[in-house]
Amino acid sequence: MSEKEKYLLKVDHLKQYFPVRQGFKTIPLKAVDDISFQVRPGETLGLVGESGCGKTTVGRTLLRLYQPTAGRIEFDGEVLFDSGEQYDENGRLKLGSDGKPVMGKKVDVNMLPYRRQMQMVFQDPYSSLNPRMTVEDIIGEPLDVHKLYENRDERREKILSLMELVGLNAEHAMRYAHEFSGGQRQRIGIARALAVNPKFIVCDEPVSALDVSIQAQVVNMFEELQDKLGVAYLFIAHDLLVVHHISDRIAVMYLGKMMELADADELNNNPIHPYTLSLLSAVPIPDPETARKSKRIVLEGDVPSPLKMPTGCPFRTRCRYATEQCAAEMPQLKDRGNGHFVACWNK
Amino acid sequence: MQEKDVLKKRQFLSAQVDLSRFSQKNFEQATEDEKKQQDVMGESTTFFKDGMRRLRKNPLAMGSIIVLALIIAIIIIAPFFVPYSYSEIISVNGVRDKSATNLAPFEYSKLEMKYMEETGEKLFPHIFGTDNLCRDYFIRVIYGTRVSLSIGVVASVMVLIIGLLYGSIAGYFGGTVDLIMMRIVDIIYSLPDMLIIILLSVVLNETLKGYIEGTVLQSLGTNMISIFIVFGLLYWVSMARLIRGQILTIKNNEYVLAARCIGTKNGRILRKHILPNCLSVIIITTALQVPSAIFTESYLSFLGLGVARPLTSLGSLANDARGAMQSYPLRLVIPAVLICLIVLALNLLGDGLRDAFDSKLN
Repeated sequence: MSEKEKYLLKVDHLKQYFPVRQGFKTIPLKAVDDISFQVRPGETLGLVGESGCGKTTVGRTLLRLYQPTAGRIEFDGEVLFDSGEQYDENGRLKLGSDGKPVMGKKVDVNMLPYRRQMQMVFQDPYSSLNPRMTVEDIIGEPLDVHKLYENRDERREKILSLMELVGLNAEHAMRYAHEFSGGQRQRIGIARALAVNPKFIVCDEPVSALDVSIQAQVVNMFEELQDKLGVAYLFIAHDLLVVHHISDRIAVMYLGKMMELADADELNNNPIHPYTLSLLSAVPIPDPETARKSKRIVLEGDVPSPLKMPTGCPFRTRCRYATEQCAAEMPQLKDRGNGHFVACWNK
Repeated sequence: MQEKDVLKKRQFLSAQVDLSRFSQKNFEQATEDEKKQQDVMGESTTFFKDGMRRLRKNPLAMGSIIVLALIIAIIIIAPFFVPYSYSEIISVNGVRDKSATNLAPFEYSKLEMKYMEETGEKLFPHIFGTDNLCRDYFIRVIYGTRVSLSIGVVASVMVLIIGLLYGSIAGYFGGTVDLIMMRIVDIIYSLPDMLIIILLSVVLNETLKGYIEGTVLQSLGTNMISIFIVFGLLYWVSMARLIRGQILTIKNNEYVLAARCIGTKNGRILRKHILPNCLSVIIITTALQVPSAIFTESYLSFLGLGVARPLTSLGSLANDARGAMQSYPLRLVIPAVLICLIVLALNLLGDGLRDAFDSKLN
């Protein structure tokens, strides 16, 4: 039981399929396919992967902006969603004697009270702020929705203190979002997420739309806010350097599946999964001397279409270690010691 | 310490400023005040102010506003100082003036001239002359314009309300709801509107007569009511389609997702996030809907399906003048010119509004 208490967020076998119509058939697009991970209170879990691998979908499904296809989401000791499927210790679906999956209790709670605990910061600071609203109204909206103030003065006070917290000038409260720079807009978005005083924030590529110099400011601000408020982050990004800088642990995704999950330094120094290896070798090195010496692992071929996923491990089509076993079954994330989880048959 | 004060010497062939000519003393650190001056922001403008500024720069749109304002001012003020009524046959000293038919502009009838000679009193001139039933044509045109304009505005508002409700529900909820609602729109779209107007006015003429007797609606007549009903039934579909399309694009914006993430309810999302962002399109389409409604009314009136006599509209005035087109062409020209003027001004204003407020064009 004590083992369980440690987690703020626990995700088990989460699946998110989107129906795609092709002619008369409707086939599922497996954006997120059976992933599990945990987030501890006050920690930052980085989530990396190339574009289209389902990182953003994971974040949005966690906040129930999409209805999950299957899986179980547990937040702060309470089950928010459970589709009822049972899994054995090898991660295989438990089947009854009739060949159908054994179904447990289904859970699907009303998310409104939990929206005060989990929030999100969006990728594009230009489209995530309503152009017809002043900064005061944008930051004040969560306060309005959850009725977090007694009177107008208290609302104003809260908004101004939030603006101060994220380093915005209080004089700009009556301005519209389009009058701010990208970095400032992202600060407005962060203030909006912080307004309800959440325990957990999904940061959906919050710095990838910003200039490098501004990226550093915003990333540092995320760290400062974590120190001050003790909030946990799921930090989604495709920039490995940024993720390594901010994260305590890093998860690597490929085509909707989790490939590797380890402490940030451990993953950086000792990557195991072949995909992580090639991903790390693609990180630009600022020093040309070292860069010339380092070897880049170039992957062959393209990412398969998520509509036509390869059987077994999705990475096998581009993996040099691929064997027949890879085509037969997807390996489960297994602990290789020290909390370093890898999903690979061969490494 | 010493080394720090000396700035790097410029390399040979470097395009950099030669820093060795300066020492650290030449530079002075900016104070907090000076740093603050660097992040000056522009004057705060709202979306509306910005649009109005652009609109004011558009001469065509401003000209249209002036023309429309003039027309509206005249149709409001004129009835107060013109001593004739739109349905009144001209009478002098309580006697019906049968000689006052088909007078030319500013012409007096024989009886009126005799009366003015006898009393020395000046009678109000017939600015546009009179029609074949001895009625002052100017005041009839004024009332015709009133009726045409108010029909245009009321019909557009009706179209707006129905289209807005229908379109926003279909667009926001999407999926099956959208599919069913839009198929209904498609069906309505394919109905021939003229046929329905004619059929409805025939049917309503009989059924409504008893109900509206003695009410305000009576002076409008059943034809007019059927025009409104037809507008309410048929003409909202294009508005509904347009608003649905707008909402479909706006609801995919991240700020709507952010609002859902906050826990905002659907009604509030529609009210606060989606509708304000398609407001410009709504205003523009409504402004362009008014002339089309006036046009429809005019040609229905011209076909004899317009307002009930003796009330008139610009279209029915033109229809009445058709018979004597060769003898009194002015009676056809005046309402026709007015229709053109109003429709043109509203269209130009609508275009100007679109240029000023449509964010996609800026």
